[in-house]
Amino acid sequence: MINLLFYVFAAVAIGGALGVVLGRNPVSSLMFMVVTLAAGAGVYVLLEAHFLAAVQVIVYAGAIMVLFLFVIMLLNLGHDYQADLRGGLWAVLAFVVSGAIAGLLAPSFRGTEAGPDVAGISAAAGIDQALADYGAVGVIARPLFTDYVVPFEITGILLLVAIVGAIALAKRTVR
Amino acid sequence: MIVNEALTLSAILFVLGTFGVIVRRNAIIMFLCVEIQLNAVNLAFVAFSRTMGIDGQIFVFFVMTVAAAEAAVGLAIIISVFRHYETVNVNHFNLLKW
Repeated sequence: MINLLFYVFAAVAIGGALGVVLGRNPVSSLMFMVVTLAAGAGVYVLLEAHFLAAVQVIVYAGAIMVLFLFVIMLLNLGHDYQADLRGGLWAVLAFVVSGAIAGLLAPSFRGTEAGPDVAGISAAAGIDQALADYGAVGVIARPLFTDYVVPFEITGILLLVAIVGAIALAKRTVR
Repeated sequence: MIVNEALTLSAILFVLGTFGVIVRRNAIIMFLCVEIQLNAVNLAFVAFSRTMGIDGQIFVFFVMTVAAAEAAVGLAIIISVFRHYETVNVNHFNLLKW
């Protein structure tokens, strides 16, 4: 059952990604991207990352993609039906580079060994136990506010800088 | 366990994203393809969290935050470039070409 669901989500995600890469209208590319992100959230659920699946739908598919949509509509690119695929040498280069990356990734992803056991149980069993004990949010929140509290606070500063930078860049300069 | 299958899916998505970044001329679509690549790496992190522990999922959390910040700043840059050139086709951004 899980395998079947995974292959359905994987097919939808790959189809959506192809739609993004080959779509002619920016808005339809964006909608295909939302499909890809939703299918990715489904795969997260199958991998027992429930909180991340929710964040993927709310933050990625919700907030970030709407930001893209705002910009496409602000710049009035919605009726931009010209094919903007590069041809010739660029297409050859694209095939060569993506083929090289596929060749590099293929052997390393063929077999994954289980990591070291912590306190006598495997990592997957540990996550399942933590999910049962603390719930879907607690399993992320506990390490986030103990081991990773400094990166978490720095993330807040990063977002503040991004907000200020985005406003400063996009604002019309008033002379 | 679908860890290996998830890693293969992640590799396929990453390759598709790379292909898109190289082959498209629309700056916003190139940016979307970078988001596909980020998403592929997130998927690999989540898959590895099944074998290596919960830290992979924490990293996905941080990657998502950085992606949000990057999208905000990158789209602001695209808006200000569009004001200058009236297009988002990267072929027209040739100020640094010699």
